[in-house]
Amino acid sequence: MILETVLSSAPDWLVAHAAALVVVFPLVAAPVLVMLPGGRVPWALTILTTALSLIAAMVVLATVQSTPVGYISYAFGNWPPPIGIEFRIDAMNAMIMLLVTFTALLASIFSWPTVKAELATEKLGMFYGCFLLCFSGLLGVAGTGDAFNLFVFLEISSLATYALVAMGARRDRRALPAAFNYLIMGTLGASFFVIGVGFLYGATGTLNMADMAERLPALTGNRAVQVGFAFIVVGLGLKAAMWPLHQWLPNAYSYSPSFVTMFLSATATKVALYALVRFLFTVFQPEYAFEQASFVWIFAPLGIAAMLICSFQACFQTDVRRILAYSSVAQVGYMILGISLATAAGVAAGFLHLFNHALMKGALFMAVAGVCLTYKGTHIRDFAGAARSAPLTMTAFAIAGLSLIGVPLTAGFISKLQLGYALFDSGWWWAVLLLVFSSFLAVFYIGRILQAVFFMPPVDPRKLPKESPIILLIPLWVLALANLYFGVAADFPIGLARDAAVAALGLEAFR
Amino acid sequence: MVEFILERASYWAIIGLMMIGLFISFSAENLIKRLVGLSIFQTTVCLFYVALAKVDGGTAPILLPEDSPYGYAPPVMEGADGLTDAPSERFAELVHVYSNPLPHVLMLTAIVVGVATLSVGLALIVRIREAYGSIEADELREMDIEAAEAQEAEAARDLKEASA
Repeated sequence: MILETVLSSAPDWLVAHAAALVVVFPLVAAPVLVMLPGGRVPWALTILTTALSLIAAMVVLATVQSTPVGYISYAFGNWPPPIGIEFRIDAMNAMIMLLVTFTALLASIFSWPTVKAELATEKLGMFYGCFLLCFSGLLGVAGTGDAFNLFVFLEISSLATYALVAMGARRDRRALPAAFNYLIMGTLGASFFVIGVGFLYGATGTLNMADMAERLPALTGNRAVQVGFAFIVVGLGLKAAMWPLHQWLPNAYSYSPSFVTMFLSATATKVALYALVRFLFTVFQPEYAFEQASFVWIFAPLGIAAMLICSFQACFQTDVRRILAYSSVAQVGYMILGISLATAAGVAAGFLHLFNHALMKGALFMAVAGVCLTYKGTHIRDFAGAARSAPLTMTAFAIAGLSLIGVPLTAGFISKLQLGYALFDSGWWWAVLLLVFSSFLAVFYIGRILQAVFFMPPVDPRKLPKESPIILLIPLWVLALANLYFGVAADFPIGLARDAAVAALGLEAFR
Repeated sequence: MVEFILERASYWAIIGLMMIGLFISFSAENLIKRLVGLSIFQTTVCLFYVALAKVDGGTAPILLPEDSPYGYAPPVMEGADGLTDAPSERFAELVHVYSNPLPHVLMLTAIVVGVATLSVGLALIVRIREAYGSIEADELREMDIEAAEAQEAEAARDLKEASA
């Protein structure tokens, strides 16, 4: 409903060029911000830019939903698609764009108090410029219909991310090695992806994904195509923190500035996962024999391993941000498990969990940022008794935590339920048992934090965290309430996820 | 068999270099060496693309006078439409065989990305050296563990003081 209002009130130029403008707004604003002095101006401009992108993303989504073909194609510089670079947006990209822009808007509103506390004031222009570059890179990955262009945007966002993670060095110097390792791993991942694209280009002679998809069915037996597939899966799996390739994530998330952690956890791995799904289902077809083998022997076992092993690891961490980081890898496991079913229901469940996970992890990391504003520590004992002095922040934390566990009436429950249904439909009842088991592990690691927060006396009564400032509480509660709202009235995210699955698999099953 | 191997000599060289780069970036403890390994790896990706672009008997993809309808004069820019209209006829007219220029162009972008990665990595190493005084990964790890232990001990002391 909001979407239609936005579409009808948007000016013509915005409707015509929305697909490109989503990416162009932050890309143009970033160098402007770098030239600005520190202070509040870069912050205000960042909010403005992300808001503009959000409006453009809503226009894109509304346009996609109202077109009969189900996708919009935007040819850059009017070069027709197979030769020129194309932005091709269907329900799947549009959903990811909406998610990224929405989180970015909330994140940039919330950023001011934490950024002011954690970074040098004169560097703020640079910092926000970097953030906008990362943001526009992520949107570019989501929007583009060209395989090589996807690599370029992936690297734009990754390079900005390495710099952003390293900014945490002012708080903890371990951010620097973390950023360096992330750089090595991330670059290897991106290079693997490019090698894969090279094989596909060699076999098909095109870089446009839709064009590639048309030419591939004739080449399924081609060894080069299969090798390209393997390289792409490994490369994007690394970026998406698929289980054994997630080693960069816990350190990068625990030592980067709070704002960066919050934004990355809600968007970066999600966008890489989207790119993986795009290749698995749109460029390659799930019917190909080698792809079916990869679903059964790679994605499903790795997804399950992620949700069990990383949940276990989360139980043994003592730093709250590390617990949440390991839990992020586990949640990626749920999404991969859903995708590995390769059924419409499974992919829809994966996307629903992707959406909900952004809501809950965003809220959790925001609350953590609020607590470590006063005292820098993020050890569990620093949280003891925090509910007495910061009740609003911690209540929101509890809501999001319960959603992460998957308690009924929260968004997390809905997505786990959908995933369970999808698994039952495919006859993978044993996977449902493992799903429930890993949710119990989540009860344990979230419960440990909640117990400290609500029931333990503060370690040092003189060092209680203060309540978060209002500018932080507003986006935090927006996300927390969204967790509750989408746990009761889940029509909107479920609709989005189903449309995305339909767009991915090209089915009419759900309509 | 020998022919099969020799025919693909460029690919064997690429695979060898790639493995060397990958191995260095995993195994070296010195951060600069890791970055060097990474650069080798990225450069071989460029080699791979350029090898892909080679067409049998093809020359460098710059139109020779016999193939250019304009001789040596600069071509009239016709824009996208001129390029896409009936490209197959255009290829049939060519006297010479040309290699595929597109992968070369792609690699220009990839080289830029590689340079950017290298510079960000080197900048990070400078910062690491300032913060830790070392650029050996194993020494960094030890220092981190020591720092974490010291922090734990301090926290335990605080805990005792607070309860006393």
